[in-house]
Amino acid sequence: METFLGLDYNVWWFLVFGGVISGYAILDGFDLGAGALHLLLRKEQSRRIALNAIGPVWDGNEVWLVIGGGALFAGFPVAYAAIFSAFYMPFMVFLIGIIFRAVAIEFRSKEPMLWWRKTWDIVYCGACIIIALSLGLMLGNVALGIPLDENKEFAGNWLSFFNPFAFMVSITTLALFMVHGSIYLTMKTEKRLYARLRILSRNFIIFFVLSFVITTLYTLLYVPHLSDFFRTNPAAFIIPCLMVLSIANIPRQIKKGKYRYAFISSAITIALLLIMVALEVYPYLLYSTVNPANSITVHNGASSYKTMKILLTIAVIGTPLVAIYTSFVFWTFKGKVKLDEMSY
Amino acid sequence: MDVEILSRIQFAFTIAFHYIYPPLSIGLGLLLVIFEGMYLKTGDKRYEQITRFWIKIFALIFGIGVATGIIMEFEFGTNWATYSKYVGDIFGSALAAEGIFAFALESGFLGILIFGWNRVGPKVHFFSAIMVFLGSMFSAVWIVVANSWQQTPAGFRIVGEGMNARAEITDFWAMVFNPSSVERLTHVWIGAFLAGAFLVLSVNAWYILKNKHLDIAKPSFKIALFTATICSLLQLAAGHKSADGVAKNQPAKLAALEGHYDSLATGDMYLLGYVNNKTQQTTGIRIPGGLSFLLHGDFKTPIKGLNAFPKENRPTQVNAIFQFYHIMVGIGMTMIALTLFGTWLHFRNKLFDKRWVLWIFVWAVLLPQIANQAGWFAAEMGRQPWVVYGLLRTSDALSKAVTANQVLFSLIMFMVVYLLLFILFLYLLNKKIVHGPVDYGTKEDIEEGSKRDNPLLVH
Repeated sequence: METFLGLDYNVWWFLVFGGVISGYAILDGFDLGAGALHLLLRKEQSRRIALNAIGPVWDGNEVWLVIGGGALFAGFPVAYAAIFSAFYMPFMVFLIGIIFRAVAIEFRSKEPMLWWRKTWDIVYCGACIIIALSLGLMLGNVALGIPLDENKEFAGNWLSFFNPFAFMVSITTLALFMVHGSIYLTMKTEKRLYARLRILSRNFIIFFVLSFVITTLYTLLYVPHLSDFFRTNPAAFIIPCLMVLSIANIPRQIKKGKYRYAFISSAITIALLLIMVALEVYPYLLYSTVNPANSITVHNGASSYKTMKILLTIAVIGTPLVAIYTSFVFWTFKGKVKLDEMSY
Repeated sequence: MDVEILSRIQFAFTIAFHYIYPPLSIGLGLLLVIFEGMYLKTGDKRYEQITRFWIKIFALIFGIGVATGIIMEFEFGTNWATYSKYVGDIFGSALAAEGIFAFALESGFLGILIFGWNRVGPKVHFFSAIMVFLGSMFSAVWIVVANSWQQTPAGFRIVGEGMNARAEITDFWAMVFNPSSVERLTHVWIGAFLAGAFLVLSVNAWYILKNKHLDIAKPSFKIALFTATICSLLQLAAGHKSADGVAKNQPAKLAALEGHYDSLATGDMYLLGYVNNKTQQTTGIRIPGGLSFLLHGDFKTPIKGLNAFPKENRPTQVNAIFQFYHIMVGIGMTMIALTLFGTWLHFRNKLFDKRWVLWIFVWAVLLPQIANQAGWFAAEMGRQPWVVYGLLRTSDALSKAVTANQVLFSLIMFMVVYLLLFILFLYLLNKKIVHGPVDYGTKEDIEEGSKRDNPLLVH
């Protein structure tokens, strides 16, 4: 097997996939967080500003989900097949959330009637909460592992996905997105709406820290195999430590009024959280709880060496392009939101 | 009903609904580039107005296209897990390329196209329009490549056996340029241009009939009419090339398209007809030997019929395939006749006086939509019983972990949600069209306009 910088191609693709998923969580995370707190903004004008703050970018952010799905399908088809057929029901709910979020943003401003706008506000907010919760639920179960038979297919009951650990991960995900989204909105707003979002973001940080601490304690006590990696590699403790620092940095930067730094901190928090999950599950992509030999790893669930090479080539060409035009779009819409005739 | 048929219905339903939107995005994308290009070249404010109007409609269509498209990417994994494992090595790289090269380009620049009028200069805005159009063209490339590989697999080898068999890539470019991808891609692109052009024709024909926005409607109509005329003629060639390819690569499908069973007989070409699946008789208005002539240049050569294939290796729904194919071809011919007639009237300066012709154009928006759908149904049903032609059967491609009840639940859910979406889409599209390409003019007008659109903004 050929390697690059000491890592074989499968591991490289695992890193690319992890990077895309982190990118999705960071980018769509603030859209979803902004959506999840939408109903807490009471005035029509505030809601419009909040919508238009994500208006030009949310669609591009969602593309990271498409790229992530493609990356998993292409590089680890066995895992792609097992995960999505196992999570059939929660994933269908997630997809309906994705549809309703998109159309709610698109349809809301097309009619002036109050009932119309209020209905779409509720749909929009509900869809964002459902997307965040179901993402967290699936992440929690992937971290825990699910029963897989010798053909590496799901051999359990989908009701088992609703376990306490997955619930906690799910709530923590929502809380983190709300922190992230509220900070994004403070960067994009002014005056009274801005003041209100400052208070909201502080409350969400408390909500997140609480749910994060509870989830961590529960993991240490009841899901010991998820902390194995950190027990055997004490040096890796630097990652949870960095994460605590970056969480602590969020309220500090907010107090100083440096929202861009606070936003970067919450983005780093999301990335570190996913890195921790990745380290804990690696080399498994999907751990089998009935017989570890049935687990799907980055090697037994992967595409051929040749495909890995093609995929890495695509990534090497594509990533700089995506980075360039994504930055161009964000740069174009930088600064506070201004409503005009093309706005939502 | 079992998991297989439910999963097939769900896939067909969700993809057919999705496929209303991407062709419109591609087609409107082309016209947006033309309209905005005319604006930059001539400086004529009318073209700016036309562009702004169609961008709003484009945004609505694009939004639903994206939302329903994400479902498709994951449905391979949710409902067709065995298929996903089988083709992942091949199909996956096309899908990943689609995400990173096409969707990211499209979605990124869409933000600037819609919201960027006051933030970037006209040239950057025009550049964004081109990027969005190219992005939508690229996404068609990768998805048609993947689908064509299913029809005519190439550049691969099979590893493993039985349920663990899977295709592995041996030659990336042979996979991309498999025997059918170029001709099918051309066919799909032109079909999309027609969908966009006929929407513009329909809306502007209606404005002309209602005597509204005439200074804008007439030039838009002309541009769309030329686009539609050229494309419907090109489609004749592209469609013929595609049928040639089917004859070469998928003879069982070709036989089903014309309801041809007997291998010793010459191939007839039907204008209209009916296939009795049981008695294996095809009746209707036909050109005897027409199919032989089309494929071999003479009326005598026998064409391989369905009976030449073992029963388990050929499609069973022959009549449905026959009908879908003939609907597509019939509509294609109708579009050629209609656009040529329209162009002829235009050169005699009589087009805008013939109200009945304009009314036909108002309703003709449905023609490319029906033809696109029918063409895909013929192509995909004609591929049966294979999901990967000659290699993997549809019945073997399912997710083992998913039960019929789960699929029934999701199918009903999609039907309800998509019906609601479709009603809302038509309502909002109609509203935008009735509202029309109004002149926003000066800054005061813009503020006045946004107050009128959003009474809530007043206080």
